Amino acid sequence: MLKDITLGQYFPGNSPIHRLDARCKLMRVVVYIVALFLCKSYFSYGLALLFLITAIALSRIRLKALFKGMKTLLIIILFTALINMFYTPGTVLAKFWIFTITEEGLRNALFLVLRIVMLVSGTFLLTYTTSPIDLTDGLESLLSPLKKLHFPVHELAMMMSIALRFIPTLIEETDKIISAQKARGADFESGNLFRRAKALIPILIPLFISAFRRAEELATAMECRCYHGGKGRTKMKQLHYHMIDAIAAVITLTVFAGIIVLRSHGL
Amino acid sequence: MTPMIEVKNLTHTYSTGTPFEHTAVKDISFSVQKGEFLGIIGHTGSGKSTLMQHLNGLLKPEQGDILLNGESIWKDKLSTRAARFRVGLVFQYPEYQLFEETVFKDIAFGPRNMGLKEEEIQKRVLRAAAFVGLPEDSLQKSPFELSGGQKRRVAIAGVIAMEPEVIIFDEPTAGLDPAGCRAILENIEQYRRATGATVLMVSHSMDDVALLADRLLVLNQGSIEMLGAPSEVFRHAERLQQIGLAVPQVTALFLRLKELGLPVDPATYTLADALKQLQTLKGGV
Repeated sequence: MLKDITLGQYFPGNSPIHRLDARCKLMRVVVYIVALFLCKSYFSYGLALLFLITAIALSRIRLKALFKGMKTLLIIILFTALINMFYTPGTVLAKFWIFTITEEGLRNALFLVLRIVMLVSGTFLLTYTTSPIDLTDGLESLLSPLKKLHFPVHELAMMMSIALRFIPTLIEETDKIISAQKARGADFESGNLFRRAKALIPILIPLFISAFRRAEELATAMECRCYHGGKGRTKMKQLHYHMIDAIAAVITLTVFAGIIVLRSHGL
Repeated sequence: MTPMIEVKNLTHTYSTGTPFEHTAVKDISFSVQKGEFLGIIGHTGSGKSTLMQHLNGLLKPEQGDILLNGESIWKDKLSTRAARFRVGLVFQYPEYQLFEETVFKDIAFGPRNMGLKEEEIQKRVLRAAAFVGLPEDSLQKSPFELSGGQKRRVAIAGVIAMEPEVIIFDEPTAGLDPAGCRAILENIEQYRRATGATVLMVSHSMDDVALLADRLLVLNQGSIEMLGAPSEVFRHAERLQQIGLAVPQVTALFLRLKELGLPVDPATYTLADALKQLQTLKGGV
């Protein structure tokens, strides 16, 4: 049950998208998200969609994996679509009881659903094709100018990679604790909300204790290897931009420019 | 006689239909008699944990069935829940599951879930604590103040307090010092003698299981490799080593003696037996 969580999951591979520099991918995702919010017409959405589909095809990530992650968002997507469909004033297409469907409503609903789905798939594509370590390295490198302002960039990146690293470990631990308490007859499935919440105590307390224990052990281990934060620290794996990153950047910027041009022409 | 536990053609696959699909247990069948002590040994990933979690209904078999005293534990919802209490399962590092304010309350968690009366709970907690050798004044302490070995005892007492007919231990001595190991094993044996419970014990230590078990079940890659008395199983020392297992230290020594040409039984696994053979040998010279 808990193993189905796809948050921050990474699917190893060797596609062109996998090989892109993490910094390049991060910036592309930001540009792509901004572009999505600038889209106003079928043309601009079409252009953005084409861009996304090409990226997905190149990444060789299976669509099934992408949609599986989207399942949890289904309710939000449906909800926004329905609200937009019924509550946008405009040319009436159909009317029954208190509901009216307008042409503008349908358009709005379609665009919003597209925007959410494309937003989510774009960011999923980033985490699916970039290992957590590369991702935090990239983030650290992109944010490094902030170091001048005494912003703890390295420490933040380190915290992020530790957190990501421990997600699967803690999931496994939770599964184990649940089994152990079930073996002692704990019942998590019946009773009212209050009883169910109370039934979580035998899981949460051992989980917290083990998380603290792990944190302490990790801190000791890091200190034993003379970790002292970001100052003067060098990297074994340096990030390098390659030709493929330049190509990707050109394509992304072209699409971005295209959407802006379309927008300025009222499309 | 109906066996206490009967495992029939059990198969279990994890993550079916994904790239991570993995069959942990393949078509396993065996039975355990009432009061028997069965040792389960196998390399990491041989399917031991998966098998154990089927025996008290934590995992549902994909194929096959688990019979408890001749009745399927999956017959209906009630019998599945009853199986949780009739078959006690002590996980590896059970001290990580402690959560209550006091040792007493933690041991009482299982019996309380069974819906027992307060006096009965009290009686069972005291009895279980005595079995594992917890001093009575520690019952009102927080379980987190205790030492590692003591925490382990509390966790084991938590399962014993449910007074299950079958009790399964997964590596009960892992991570304990030699004295702690011996004490836990003695507790297990005492409990079995006092209650007539059926005991299953998973262990990496051949010396531990050899000493206590009536029969040994050797698992390899999800299937049964051997099943029989320790003296029979340890006769196949070579095969055991092939699948990543060892033989007890005494057996290893006697194998070497046999290689050197001495007339000894290479499947010897108890110290008493070893001593007797060595004495005859000495007398003969």
